[in-house]
Amino acid sequence: MRIEGLLSFLLLTGFGLIHGCQSPFAQGQELYISACANCHMDDGSGLEGLIPPLNGSNLIISQPELLPCIVRMGMEGPILVNGVVYNQVMTPVSGLNDVELANVLNYIQYEWGDKNIFYSPTQIQRIVANCNEGTVHIKTEGME
Amino acid sequence: MRNLNVLFMLLLLSMFAACHPPEGCQILPILGNRDIQGTDTIYPVIPTFEFVDQDSQIVTNQTFANKVYVVDFFFISCPTICPKVKKQMLRVYKRFEQEPRLVLLSHTIDVRHDTIPRLKSYSDKLNVKTDRWHFVTGPEEDIYQIAGNYFSVAQKDPNSPGGFDHSGRLILIDEKRYVRSFCDGTDPESVDQFMKDIQCLLDEN
Ligand code: HEC
Repeated sequence: MRIEGLLSFLLLTGFGLIHGCQSPFAQGQELYISACANCHMDDGSGLEGLIPPLNGSNLIISQPELLPCIVRMGMEGPILVNGVVYNQVMTPVSGLNDVELANVLNYIQYEWGDKNIFYSPTQIQRIVANCNEGTVHIKTEGME
Repeated sequence: MRNLNVLFMLLLLSMFAACHPPEGCQILPILGNRDIQGTDTIYPVIPTFEFVDQDSQIVTNQTFANKVYVVDFFFISCPTICPKVKKQMLRVYKRFEQEPRLVLLSHTIDVRHDTIPRLKSYSDKLNVKTDRWHFVTGPEEDIYQIAGNYFSVAQKDPNSPGGFDHSGRLILIDEKRYVRSFCDGTDPESVDQFMKDIQCLLDEN
C-alpha cells in the first residue's frame, strides 16, 4: 500500500517536472545548448563585454532575418547590444541543417525574443540563399 | 488516507534533504599524492614559476605571497567551454571583489595568438583589475607543465575544436602553495561549493 502512495507521488512529481521544463521547441533547446550555449550561456546572458547576450537582445527582435546569416556565415565587427559595444568574432556554426537551424532560432525567439517571430525551414532556406558573402557586419548608427 | 500520509512524509523528507544545516567550515584537506618520509608527510607544492601578465608585469609565486589564489587555463579564441568557465571565474571575482587576500590567475594555453595586448584587451572587456586577476602568458612548455601541478590538462591537440585540449577546472591554492580545492568551472553548482571553500580557507588564516 505504501508503495502505491510512493508510486503516485513519483508519477505526479515526474509529470510536474516534465511539464514545467518543456519548451515547445525541445529540439531547438537541445541544439542551442550544444551549438550556442558555450558562448552565449545556457540562459542567453552572454559574457561581460566579450560575448553579447541573446536574452533581451534588441537585435534579434529588430532584425530577425539576420540571424540565419549570423549562424551560417559568422559575424564580426562592432555591434551595440543593449547599450554595450561588442567587437569580437563569432565563427560560423556548422553542422545545423535548415530544419535544425529553424528549431534553434525558434527556441531563441520563444525564450528571449519575440514569441510571434517564427522561422519555417523553407524561410531559413530562402534567407540563407540571400545572405551577403562573408561574415556578417552590422552597421549600427552612431558607431565606428 | 494512507497515501496522504506517505505523501506527507515524503514531503517532509524532501524538505530536510533540500535545506542543509547551517554551514560550518571544515578544514580543507591538502590535495595530491603525499609522500611519507620517516615521520614526515610531504604534500606536493606548486613549483616556482615566472610568467608575464596583461600589464607586462612579471608574475611569480611571490606575487601570491600571503594570499590564496584561484587558477584556470584558457585561450581567447576557444570555441568550447572557456567562455562558460570565464563566466564562473568572473562570479568568483565579483563575490570576493572586496577581499584583497584572494587573487585570480588565468593562464593562456595559446601563447602564439594570445599576446600581452590581446590579454589586456580581454581583461579590459571583462572590466577587472590586474592586481586582482592576472592573465598570464609565458613559455609554452612551462604553462603545459605547471598545468599538471594544478591537476589540469593543457596541451595542443589538433583534433580538439580550436586546436587545444584542456580541462575547465578552477583550482584553489593556499598561501603555502598547497592545492586545497578544485571544481568544474562549467558547472555553476560546483562553483557555489567552491566559493564556500574559498571563504573557509580565508577564514582559516
Ligand atoms: C565561439 C563562440 C560563439 C558561438 C558558439 C556562438 N556565438 Fe553567437 N556570437 C559570438 C560573438 C563573439 C558575437 C559578437 C560578434 C561581434 O562582436 O561582431 C556573437 C553574436 C551573435 C548574435 C548577434 C548579437 C546578439 O547578441 O544579438 C546572434 C544573434 C548570435 N550570435 C547567435 C548565435 C547562435 C544562434 C548560435 C548557435 C547556433 C551562436 N551565436 C553561437 C560568439 C559565439
